[in-house]
Amino acid sequence: MLIDLLVSALVLLGTAFALIGSIGLARLPDFFTRLHGPTKATTLGIGAMLVASSLHFSSQSERLALHELLVTVFLFMTAPVSANLLAKAALHLRVRSIAAIPRAFRDSANL
Amino acid sequence: MILALVMPVALAMITLALLLNLWGLLRGPDMPDRVLALDTLYIDSIALLVLLGIQFDSQLYFESALVLALLGFLATAAFCRYLVRGSIID
Repeated sequence: MLIDLLVSALVLLGTAFALIGSIGLARLPDFFTRLHGPTKATTLGIGAMLVASSLHFSSQSERLALHELLVTVFLFMTAPVSANLLAKAALHLRVRSIAAIPRAFRDSANL
Repeated sequence: MILALVMPVALAMITLALLLNLWGLLRGPDMPDRVLALDTLYIDSIALLVLLGIQFDSQLYFESALVLALLGFLATAAFCRYLVRGSIID
């Protein structure tokens, strides 16, 4: 019963974070702000969901079900790498950004 | 007991997140936006598979989630390399 409650709380927390990450992806104004939502919120959400799944199957089958941690570890290692690759690609393609031009650069370029 | 009440809500929220990602994939003004939406889409579908595994009390969904995690990262890395270099394998 207690484990059921804990699993429910973790599942709700995980889906809430995943949904918040997707809302950020849909609503934020430019690419570099949009990169924040999925890479942080969604990764934390899926971590909570996988811990919930691990707890659920451990309580069901009377032995530790730790293989979900494999997906968690893999996602936590690859999410920052793919975010870095995406940011590099966006800088290479000179994607439109809402960030202000830095003061030092503006002064030296006489703008 | 309480899990049976929570699971439909959780599945609905994940489905809404997947629809928002699909909208980002269709709209995204530039190529990196679309690749980012695709990246989020595969992470959210891993979440959907994990939730289905809890819902139907089956361990079978875990393996497909693991394969999806591996292939999704490779796809994102290949797309980014294509955007930067213009080719995936030189």
